[in-house]
Amino acid sequence: MNFPGIGLLKGFVVTARNFLGSYVEKDRLTTRQYPEERPKLPENSRSFPFLVFDGEDPEAGMRCVACKICEKECPPQCIYIIQDRDAAGKPLKRPRIFDIDISVCMSCQICVEVCPFESIRMDTDYELSSFDRFGSLVLDKSKLLKSNAYYHGIHPTEASETDARIEADRKKKEAAAAAKAEAARKATAEKAAKAAHPPEETK
Amino acid sequence: MNVTLDGETVVKLQPVFGYLHRNHEKIAEGNSWLAAVPYTDRLDYICPLTNNWAYTLAVETLAGLEVPERAEYIRIITAELTRLQNHVAFMGFILADMGAWGSALMYAFREREKILDLFEALTGARMMCNYMRFGGCRCDLPSGWLESAGQLVEGFPAFLDEMEALLTGNEILLARLQGVAPLTPERAINGGLSGPILRAAGVDYDIRKVDNYGLYSRFKFRVPRGRVGDCYDRFMIRVLEARESVEILKQALVGIPDGPVVNPKAKQRGFRPPAGEAYGRIEGPKGELGFYLISDGSDRPYRFRVRPPSLINLTLLEELCLGTKIADVMVILGSIDIVLGEVDR
Repeated sequence: MNFPGIGLLKGFVVTARNFLGSYVEKDRLTTRQYPEERPKLPENSRSFPFLVFDGEDPEAGMRCVACKICEKECPPQCIYIIQDRDAAGKPLKRPRIFDIDISVCMSCQICVEVCPFESIRMDTDYELSSFDRFGSLVLDKSKLLKSNAYYHGIHPTEASETDARIEADRKKKEAAAAAKAEAARKATAEKAAKAAHPPEETK
Repeated sequence: MNVTLDGETVVKLQPVFGYLHRNHEKIAEGNSWLAAVPYTDRLDYICPLTNNWAYTLAVETLAGLEVPERAEYIRIITAELTRLQNHVAFMGFILADMGAWGSALMYAFREREKILDLFEALTGARMMCNYMRFGGCRCDLPSGWLESAGQLVEGFPAFLDEMEALLTGNEILLARLQGVAPLTPERAINGGLSGPILRAAGVDYDIRKVDNYGLYSRFKFRVPRGRVGDCYDRFMIRVLEARESVEILKQALVGIPDGPVVNPKAKQRGFRPPAGEAYGRIEGPKGELGFYLISDGSDRPYRFRVRPPSLINLTLLEELCLGTKIADVMVILGSIDIVLGEVDR
């Protein structure tokens, strides 16, 4: 059996080592002086969703087409979308209203995963406190839309992958369109040829 | 809880819970299968990744989905890291319950923070990870993650040694824990207990060994057991389990293969498992965490039931506390290691 008090003394040695070590070892002094010193967030870090737009003009470059998949899949139902319509009442492929209530949002990223147009992504901004309950916590389209350059700034790897995917999709589409046009051209040429020189068998 | 006392001796104890009830099961039944995953993070908010795993395991059993090997390894790594941080936090919390607010809890949380940083680098969030998906995981490990995890695992035994030097020989801690509320193996089994508290009572029952879910059969680890089942055994079992988790992590970090992290056949959005029922359970850090799911073939669960270890372990609280002094009640409650998010759901 140990001499009584040895266990306590051992414990004091540990606390002393931690106390004195905090002056020399960075590992033991973990407190961050927050507003002056901000942590560097890992690239995967996420806070709340935002909408990506290409180019300079948020309205013109908006990737969102108001398909409402994110609205349907959102677990706490914090997204609200109304599709835009032109003067004749024909639905347009863009949202007129796109609101996210970040007081309800739980940052789960499911909207990002289900979006087929690579349009909704996660922000990393965490300083969003406000003095009222509704005004500044319901983000509308103007606050949600952020440029692709901003997206590249916060998630470089993910943004490059997304751009590569979009580019590949675009090329595929272009190739498909070119092939279609080629086929159509061939078909019309053949038709024209047939009309000019009707084949023998049809006579 | 309502405690009736005779002098300082407990004669009656009634846990009163339900203040953190969030209707988890009914919300999950009203949402799609995928949308239930982020809600499981909020059950036992200390260890979200094991909750994710238990739910996805139940869904995979239901739908008969295969999980790629790399994803299984990532699941084991994240689950064992979760176990480490839960047990480390437990060591701090039980000291705080004994009135030693400060050093132990701060050291424990300093280490836990490093694990949470790993989780953030991998999943994007420190605690509400929402990482596992049906048939795998959401994304692959970021570059450099395995190295930083390896560094943490290498340094972890030194931290556990430091914690043990601080705590396990401490006379005050021994006086407060040893011989307090012993539990016999028979009573523990009859009470339906699971997890560390059951093994502290001397029962050799670990679902990682019994079910061999995931790829646990490939890993060599021991299942520590207590002799007396008192609060001290319940404390020490966590220290020993943390050491075993470090062993599993070392093996997993070396053996992780390349490959896809999610089964390409698994559809996440609009997921519809065939009609039927399934029970998926894992050895969570607090005990047997199970999800019982019934599907009617539609895009949302027909019945979604959680078997929470915290709640079922809590049912023996009154029996453990009867006849003890009032000052021991907090220690006994702390030694059961509950999280109210899971008790109330």
